[in-house]
Amino acid sequence: MSFDVEAVRRQFPVLAQRPHGKRLAFLDSGATAQKPQVVIDAVTRFYDRDNSNVHRGVYDLAERATAAFEGARKRIARWIGADPREVIFTRGTTEGVNLVAQSWGRANVGPGDEILLTGMEHHSNIVPWQLLAAEKGAKLVVVPVDDQGAVHLADFERLIGPRTRIVAVTHVSNALGTVNPVKEIVRLAHARGVPVLVDGAQAVPHLRVDVRDLDADFYVFSGHKMFGPTGIGVLYGKAKLLEAMPPWQGGGDMILSVSFSGTKFNTIPHKFEAGTPDAAGAVGLGAAVDWLEGLDRAGAEAHERDLLAYATNRLQEIPGLRIIGTAPGKAAVISFVMEGVHPHDVGTILDHEGVAVRAGHHCAQPLMERFGVPATVRASMALYNTREDVDQLVQGLRRVREMFP
Amino acid sequence: MSDLSDLYQEVILDHGRNPRNFRVMADATATAEGLNPLCGDRYGVFLRMDGDRIADVSFQGSGCAISKASASLMSQALKGKSAAEAEDLFQRFHKMVVEGDASQADGLGKLAVLKGVADFPTRVKCASLAWHALHAALRGESQPATTE
Ligand SMILES: Cc1ncc(COP(=O)(O)O)c(C=O)c1O
Repeated sequence: MSFDVEAVRRQFPVLAQRPHGKRLAFLDSGATAQKPQVVIDAVTRFYDRDNSNVHRGVYDLAERATAAFEGARKRIARWIGADPREVIFTRGTTEGVNLVAQSWGRANVGPGDEILLTGMEHHSNIVPWQLLAAEKGAKLVVVPVDDQGAVHLADFERLIGPRTRIVAVTHVSNALGTVNPVKEIVRLAHARGVPVLVDGAQAVPHLRVDVRDLDADFYVFSGHKMFGPTGIGVLYGKAKLLEAMPPWQGGGDMILSVSFSGTKFNTIPHKFEAGTPDAAGAVGLGAAVDWLEGLDRAGAEAHERDLLAYATNRLQEIPGLRIIGTAPGKAAVISFVMEGVHPHDVGTILDHEGVAVRAGHHCAQPLMERFGVPATVRASMALYNTREDVDQLVQGLRRVREMFP
Repeated sequence: MSDLSDLYQEVILDHGRNPRNFRVMADATATAEGLNPLCGDRYGVFLRMDGDRIADVSFQGSGCAISKASASLMSQALKGKSAAEAEDLFQRFHKMVVEGDASQADGLGKLAVLKGVADFPTRVKCASLAWHALHAALRGESQPATTE
């Protein structure tokens, strides 16, 4: 089995279109990834053939829907090295963090306690903790980011103190591409009895993740960034922690029995899945996992490394371009600014060259502030990108320089 | 297909590079901030009212060429105008850029160069950002005058 990028590309219908009459160079997979045909088909097939509400009916169709839904959970669990009971379906990363902050956080964080984050977190791994801190009189402590865009274990060592209740850290930075040493961070935190939540939104599309190997207590990610559907995501939590946590939302499916004098809650994972879930989304995510498992992942990772090195090199050709985020360990994400041109204008001009990039603060305003820029242009690559996409980007940036000399 | 040169006209590039009235005004009588939370573009607009007239107007902040040029051209167009005239300008500009009503360009003088923005839906907010701040500043200014 070897990695054949052209064969991979053919599986993505979106990539064949020609925006503004140009070949599409889709370099915004960090925002959301495109979907292979097998994922689209799995969702369609669910509605065509298996649709009915899960965990409810006694008829054949309902049994099939439930089997498809729970089957997806099992496949996702195996893929990240977890037990299916530890895989909770959410709407995405954001909901996963909120669930932990509200359920685990409310039960375990009190006045004067500290929540340790890093300076490169996505807003969705900042604001839920801020809400909790405001409610409980706790405070956020922030691990600094260095000039290359890396965090240092020594700072974790220094900042994890007696009041630290949880460490919440991103595995891969969406704005810079930095891959954080989460395994070591977990080890440091555990040595002090502190659990760790890892935001894996940007990691799962690039790296093979084993939650047991990382020993993370919580690991959250979104389906849509890993070639699956929107509206579905996963919160992995260690069974022991999840069992001890109070429910978050109440409703159907999360109960064993209800009476007005009291309610018995369901076992995990159902305790945290109130209401009708996005079953089609879960099935689609299961299909995305199958699809990823069918690829030569080592080959794909080597391909992405090549793309990153190639793009990093070629961008140096553009006068006045500065890459933000130059840490040694990076996923295939490049953020940059250009002297004399605002990222927005870069984005519009690139769009006319068929190049889709993100221009903005990437939901990481504290990080932008850290680097003294209001925004950056971000080219985020996935395993379906090619050197041709990078060449098209460089060509587009030359055009930007012509217009903004 | 919308053409890039309709958007990035020479006048816009010039005002984006060298914005006019780009400063904080110490003796402003009204100010408001415009913020695009999606992209983080942010401008403060400062007005010094002399009775009902805009005696001076300036702005400060950061954003793209389109938002900056729009704010710069706006500041030039507003000087000496009455609050009602400024409001009228705001409405016309809004119609031209947000609703794509090109006929408004005639009454807008130099601001007409921003007409092309209407064909770039993702950039309409950039062009209107400072105007929303202006609108807020004018409303704030008129507040004491309203009888309650
Ligand atoms: C690092 C990181 N965390 C969290 C999120 C939020 O993901 P979602 O919007 O799918 O909940 C994103 C997505 O932008 C991200 O890149």
